[in-house]
Amino acid sequence: MKLNLERVEVDEVTFGQENSFDDGLLTIDKKELLDEIEHDHRITSLNAEIVRPGESVRVMPVKDVVEPRVKVDENGLFPGFIGEEDQAGAGTTRVLSGMTVMTTGNVVGFQEGIIDMRGPGAEYTPFSETINVVLTCEVEEGTEEHIHEEILRILGLKAAHYIGQIGLEAEPDSSESFEYESISEAAKDGDDLPLVGYVYMLQSQGLLHDTYVYGVDAKEILPTLISPTKVMDGAIVSGNCVSACDKNSTFMHQNNPVIEELYRRDGEDFNFVGTIITNENVTLGDKERSSTLVAELAENLGLDAAIVSEEGFGNPDTDLILNCKKLENRGIQTVLITDEYAGRDGSSQSLADASPEADAVVTSGNANEVVELPPLERVIGHQRYADSIAGGFEGSLQDDGSIKVELQAITGSTDELGYTRLSAKGY
Amino acid sequence: MAELKIAHYLNQFFGQVGDEDEADLPPQQKDGPVGPGEALDNALGERAEIVKTIITGDGYFNENKARAREKIKEFLQESDVDMIVAGPAFNAGRYGMACGGVAEIAAELDLPFVGGIYPENPGYDMYKKFGYFIETGDSVGSMRKGIADIAEFIADYIDADGSPGTPEEAGYLPRGIRKNFFREERGARRAVDMLVKKIKGEEFETEYPMPSFDRVDPQPAVPDLGEALVAVVTTGGIVPKGNPDKIEASSASKFGKYKLNGVQDLTSEEFETAHGGYDPVYANEDPDRVLPIDVMRDLEEEGEIGELHEYYYATVGNGTSVANAKAFGKEIGEELVRDGVQAVILTST
Repeated sequence: MKLNLERVEVDEVTFGQENSFDDGLLTIDKKELLDEIEHDHRITSLNAEIVRPGESVRVMPVKDVVEPRVKVDENGLFPGFIGEEDQAGAGTTRVLSGMTVMTTGNVVGFQEGIIDMRGPGAEYTPFSETINVVLTCEVEEGTEEHIHEEILRILGLKAAHYIGQIGLEAEPDSSESFEYESISEAAKDGDDLPLVGYVYMLQSQGLLHDTYVYGVDAKEILPTLISPTKVMDGAIVSGNCVSACDKNSTFMHQNNPVIEELYRRDGEDFNFVGTIITNENVTLGDKERSSTLVAELAENLGLDAAIVSEEGFGNPDTDLILNCKKLENRGIQTVLITDEYAGRDGSSQSLADASPEADAVVTSGNANEVVELPPLERVIGHQRYADSIAGGFEGSLQDDGSIKVELQAITGSTDELGYTRLSAKGY
Repeated sequence: MAELKIAHYLNQFFGQVGDEDEADLPPQQKDGPVGPGEALDNALGERAEIVKTIITGDGYFNENKARAREKIKEFLQESDVDMIVAGPAFNAGRYGMACGGVAEIAAELDLPFVGGIYPENPGYDMYKKFGYFIETGDSVGSMRKGIADIAEFIADYIDADGSPGTPEEAGYLPRGIRKNFFREERGARRAVDMLVKKIKGEEFETEYPMPSFDRVDPQPAVPDLGEALVAVVTTGGIVPKGNPDKIEASSASKFGKYKLNGVQDLTSEEFETAHGGYDPVYANEDPDRVLPIDVMRDLEEEGEIGELHEYYYATVGNGTSVANAKAFGKEIGEELVRDGVQAVILTST
């Protein structure tokens, strides 16, 4: 299975009379966009706005971030939601690079991230560097939270799919191909190189901590192999809530940096032979089962080593450590990617579980560290939630509109797929 | 003129007041350096000057904590110093605890603290986050080197404008404090680099050394539950409607204590969840789902338990630091023991 990933650099986005792409300028017919994506009778209002890097704008609470993409010949984008499973992961996918679709609205209790396009907060979120089409969507009063989540989740996917199609008329700026070979082929690429895999942990604690794989709730899956090229086509979609710092937005899945980095050195330092997705369910029985199956699958693939990335914190720290122990006990060397909850002063224990086998850890920073976000001129969404979102506390929202908040409230700030450069060290 | 004015803390022995028989000496202050302070003052040269020495008996400090601390704080507040130095305490347990206590006072006053200590002295581990502890040997035999190391650290501290870098760079004992910074490469690239080194058997440095873990042994069963006073404590965030103590949805800084007198059942009219880590619909519909007071009352009626305690305790476990959780647990535990509670049911989410 081979996927060509073509990138179209988007320099500017604007609303206009009709959809077009011309020399880096993407024009979107806003009315048609809104008509096309309004998919549920419970939506009471829907609007789209464009925010750009450096503008004095705060978007909060952000539910999800999605990258506009389109399949050039096939219908395989977001398989299980929009596209067909057997058309994903192969052929050509075109990416509108440098922009995103972002969903917001009255969504507290959900993935309540803050994205500042300017100032100190902007340094912590990767989405201050992209042009973002922000969809503000409200639903009927009384709509249950999990329905509300689903409405917004699908809205984001539909918008990314709709906007992505405008890219069909663009000339790609670059093209790269990724191949997912049979295990025996992949293992042969370089002579005697070690075999490396990726254990891709998906948030599945439930009650709005959910991830979808081909449209299936990840709570219901057993650990299995997935083609990295299907991940690029949106086979993994976020349905997450709270602590937006380390829940993978759909954008992060589409652009999974661990997969990119493993491909980059594939055939040179090792042979990248497989990606295993697994979940983070809350009962011990589930944790034991999933971690055992991960280790057995890795052993069966003949892996010598693996990267393990966590999603979330606290309860899933146990899954991370179980995966690490069971892999290391089978002689499969591991490097873990996690973030830390070391308290606001940094002096507390960072993870809820630990083990001497976990001797190679990459950290994306202490999510409890407090930052002060000065007031910005415009707020899209609802700033009043600053006190009650995860990472906020009583008095977070100051009278002048500035917000004192833990990093955990900032979307993607301590991303555990290793998308950003934030880290921590001991003093 | 020295760049930095220092107050130096010593116990009765090094403060040259007397031996163990003077251990109950209340805090005293003297102008200028005393004993090891004189050597330190010399070693500091023009960089810094000890302007005051505070001397307290080890016994007094540890047995009259509140009073000792208050007095020392007073001494420090009335003097115009830029830094507090304590010890070295070597491996003397009570002296080390007193030096640590002084570090905590320094932190309260927002003054930098430098102490000399042997790493196994309990005063280091308990108070390390409040200041910089410089490693010394376990006995007074290492005084000369200890003083030289402390002086060197203070000079470096001045040169670095109060930000002396990591423990390895600046030569102090780890404080157990994690601080954020941006690395050169993104996390995914660092992970793959680290994996390649690990496979090749090359040296690599983990970015998060794993801590040794606190494990709590399961306690023996309650002998006669039918006679026991039983309490319920939850990290699931169940609070009286309106969240009167404003417990945070995540990273709780406090817990609440609420009366159960006359409460047979937690209703959605009177109770709700403050927890921000799960879909609140089901907990708000019927808070007993997280804190089963209805079932506890049944058990009470059926004689399965003696009595349900008249208060319950609640906090939010979501993202709450281990240090905060430990402190809440200790305080709640002490109150429950004081109230004669024999068994506790802990509910989470």
